Amino acid sequence: MKEELHAQDKSIVIPGEALATGMSFLPGPGTYREQETILAQRLGMVSVEGKVIKLVALSGKYLPKMKDKIIGRVIDVLLTGWRLDINSPYSAVMTLKDATSEFIPRGANLTQYYNLGDYVVCQIVNVTSQKLIDVSMKGPGLRKLRGGRVIEVSPFKVPRIIGKDGSMVTMIKQATGCDIVVGQNGWIWLDGEPEKEVIAVNAIKKIEVEAHLGGLTNRMSEWLEQQTGVKVQPAGGPQ
Amino acid sequence: MNQELKQHVLKALSKNVRYDGRKCLEYRQVSVEYGISESAEGSARVKIGGTEVIAGVKVETATPYPDTPNQGNLMVNAELLPLSNPKFETGPPGEQATEVARVADRAIRESKAIDVHKLVLKPGERVWAINIDICSINDEGNLQDAATLAALAALKDARFPKLTEHGEVDYDSEKTNEKLPLAREPVEVTVIKVGEHYFVDALSDEEKAIEARLTVGVTEKGTVCAMQKGGDAPLSVDEIDKMIEIAQKLAPTLRKAL
Repeated sequence: MKEELHAQDKSIVIPGEALATGMSFLPGPGTYREQETILAQRLGMVSVEGKVIKLVALSGKYLPKMKDKIIGRVIDVLLTGWRLDINSPYSAVMTLKDATSEFIPRGANLTQYYNLGDYVVCQIVNVTSQKLIDVSMKGPGLRKLRGGRVIEVSPFKVPRIIGKDGSMVTMIKQATGCDIVVGQNGWIWLDGEPEKEVIAVNAIKKIEVEAHLGGLTNRMSEWLEQQTGVKVQPAGGPQ
Repeated sequence: MNQELKQHVLKALSKNVRYDGRKCLEYRQVSVEYGISESAEGSARVKIGGTEVIAGVKVETATPYPDTPNQGNLMVNAELLPLSNPKFETGPPGEQATEVARVADRAIRESKAIDVHKLVLKPGERVWAINIDICSINDEGNLQDAATLAALAALKDARFPKLTEHGEVDYDSEKTNEKLPLAREPVEVTVIKVGEHYFVDALSDEEKAIEARLTVGVTEKGTVCAMQKGGDAPLSVDEIDKMIEIAQKLAPTLRKAL
């Protein structure tokens, strides 16, 4: 069989599209081999690194990754912890040990720490091959979220919303005065004055729509200034 | 929804700010599309913002109900599809689906929108039966208003099918050009009360937090033809009057989309 690369580097492919033929090519993340052909598993962008063919997904649900800071919602109170919905096909478990530094006496009512429907910012500490996910509340900025509201965006647009070193989200925070927590899983928590919150939500939606376009930071700073009248610095994040 | 999130919604509403920045007595964009189904006698798709509902009208012949031998049959059924909201499940209709269907039915039936006396083929033996089916495609709040509007739009779109010489419906041939005997055009406006403020066209998040709502069916002349109260909080007579007034004022904005 002829060795052949079908997909160009950085080209956009759809699931099932043949990327390469031949046993010398290796299927990387997001691709799979069927007989001698390497096929795309998801909608995404191809990256060819030598003989390894990788695929950067551009759409779909959130897939958990170690050390991601995410927002979870308590969906079950277990005997020794809590089960969280993390906007993913898999749910996560937060054990007592990882939940709080407080001493929890034996037989305590766990709902007084985290109750059903509560939102938390947490960090993924372990993902097994079977997609059992452990999260922890121990770390800077990890906490229970009180009040506010949670919106959903595509998890693949999250890096654009955060911006380089958090510049984009910092800009929105400065302009609107809202508290914003962006989870890698596509859930974003906001809390602020009702009118300002609407502006922040619209800003995030605008970023999501225009994520693929260049010059976004400058456009957003102008847009935010026009909406709020607050002049914000487009460049740089927290020093 | 947990108590703190609920408080947050209520705080915004009590400051007259909606979660999407709308004014309190303002609808999202309403659009109606007719004739979306080939097999139904009439059909329509209604979108209110991100909320999307389709409705179809099936016209068939049936025996009349024993207590109304000189009237055609009218039935409204709603199905809230699991694809429209993660909370909806397959299986027999739940509380909300039953309510949506019944309240839409009430507006159409009680306003006498369809002249059921004109649907008689042979008194006491054979009448036309009008079945309206409502399906939710996407739920971003305010399914009720969308469902009633879709049902009405589908009725407006409907044409009688042809009958064979034996008096049976011939679905294989073209429909006739004869429209249903639509005497009135009721739409429903759901008004929500939070604190001292009134709102229409609730979003999903707002719907989860509200304490009292009143769905009011209004005909094109402004006559109230149906009502349904929901939520735990009680309403005084004055409050109900005010909500009806709001519904009467806003019904034309929905009707404009037809």
